[in-house]
Amino acid sequence: MDLLIAGITIFVLAIFVGFEIITKIPPTLHTPLMSGSNAISGITVVGALLSAGSQHTMLTTTLGFLAVVFATINVVGGFLVTNRMLAMFKKKS
Amino acid sequence: MPDLIINIGYLLASVLFILGLKGLTHPRTAVRGNLLGATGMFIAVIITLANHNIVSFEVIIAGLILGAIVGGTLAVKIQMTDMPELVALFNGFGGIASVLVAGAALIEATLGTGAPLAQVTIAIAASAIIGAVTFWGSLVAFGKLRGLISENAVLFSGQQVINTLLALIALGLSIGVIADPSNFLLYGLLVLVASVLGILLVIPIGGADMPVVVALLNSYSGLAAAATGFVLSNNVLIITGSLVGASGIILTQIMCKAMNRSLTNVLFGVLAPVGGGGATADDVYAGRVKSSSPEEVALLFDAARRVAIVPGYGMAVSQAQHPVASLAALLQERGIEVEYAIHPVAGRMPGHMNVLLAEADVPYESLKSMEDINPSFDQVDIALVLGANDVVNPLARTDPSSPIAGMPIIDVDKARTVVIIKRSLSPGFAGIPNPLFALDNSLMLFGDGKKMVLDMISSLKEN
Repeated sequence: MDLLIAGITIFVLAIFVGFEIITKIPPTLHTPLMSGSNAISGITVVGALLSAGSQHTMLTTTLGFLAVVFATINVVGGFLVTNRMLAMFKKKS
Repeated sequence: MPDLIINIGYLLASVLFILGLKGLTHPRTAVRGNLLGATGMFIAVIITLANHNIVSFEVIIAGLILGAIVGGTLAVKIQMTDMPELVALFNGFGGIASVLVAGAALIEATLGTGAPLAQVTIAIAASAIIGAVTFWGSLVAFGKLRGLISENAVLFSGQQVINTLLALIALGLSIGVIADPSNFLLYGLLVLVASVLGILLVIPIGGADMPVVVALLNSYSGLAAAATGFVLSNNVLIITGSLVGASGIILTQIMCKAMNRSLTNVLFGVLAPVGGGGATADDVYAGRVKSSSPEEVALLFDAARRVAIVPGYGMAVSQAQHPVASLAALLQERGIEVEYAIHPVAGRMPGHMNVLLAEADVPYESLKSMEDINPSFDQVDIALVLGANDVVNPLARTDPSSPIAGMPIIDVDKARTVVIIKRSLSPGFAGIPNPLFALDNSLMLFGDGKKMVLDMISSLKEN
């Protein structure tokens, strides 16, 4: 139970941190914000790696493998495309 | 590696994510911010691989390589105009990853001795629902943006009753998963029902409301990650997921405010069909619309000192961003002040126009938000509207019975001359005529956006 409460505490506080930061992001950067925040939501890859690597059953390994693939697409694609966009914003300044 | 070090590594990753998002508050620091986020992700992955529960690396490495190749290729190949559909797709992938991880966690939890904790199974059910809704909702959004399925609102009777029923069934199945975790069929059914729900929730939403949907699905993908964090009792997932959840919700709010509609109205309400009170297109346009040519408009620029370019989705469709930037550069060479007035919901995702113009090397200082530029629009000599319609429709200010009444618009009608580049007089997504096109100070340029701008450039260069 303690673990759950600690988790909820972190969840709520992180939402407040998110609100504080995100409201300061100018509209010009809203698309990179979406792709960039999307990339970090690929953090699920952490859970995917644990499922894929711990070899409990064939089924969990398969589910884990698929999850690693999808989450990695999300992470790698997200960060790269964000970088591509942001580089365009930067080069004129 | 001891848990202590692993957890400190996750904390470091979380801090880097927060600093990374903070970097996005200014174009100057944004690239570094993105790199910080990527570094945080790298640390999180490396630390996880050191976990003693991981006994085999072949499957992991295969998955990482395959994912990196697909993701990298998509990121490098995608055209900037297609960015909304790529973001929609990536949102969905985050969602499905949560469904898969929660499914694996459910199986693992039932393997051990004793029943899994209720808090774990609750989080597993939540991951399944949010993840599946995100995945299928995002695929529908992707299909709509890509033109694979009708971009119009797809409506059928009893839609909301069915959605409510599906939500209730999902809730019932969740209780089943929590009560009997070892019955994997229940989990499968839960994912199935949530998938259908995800499809049905997005299919009735029309193209112009896509910025809201993409932002909302972005938020869901974060919440799905947070729910998976509760499954694994993993703080880095909880923190990151809530950051992304908050980000998506804020963007959703901004988009809704920019359309003067509530989120419920965007998701479940449909813009009232025109009929009864509203003026018909013939009443508004008959005999009053003046058609012009690129050559005539080019002459107008001779007397102009301040020009505002107002891009809309039409600019993305005709890929006109590069010619538009060249036109602006040409005008600036002649001492004309050129700015871009950007409505928050122009395009198909938040900030869509800004990215396209950045691609065309337009400095971000000349991209003005609606609030910044509206007060001085009466000092604009020429407003050049390119493929925008509802967001410049003065009916939003003047006609309280109009479906867009109260929506903030860019006040182009206050400019001395308004030039509107558009293929025809067809209405925008709101389905109503636009009196702007019939104003005394309006000139229509009927044709493809890119071609019209290129013709203007060559006329300007000739004289």
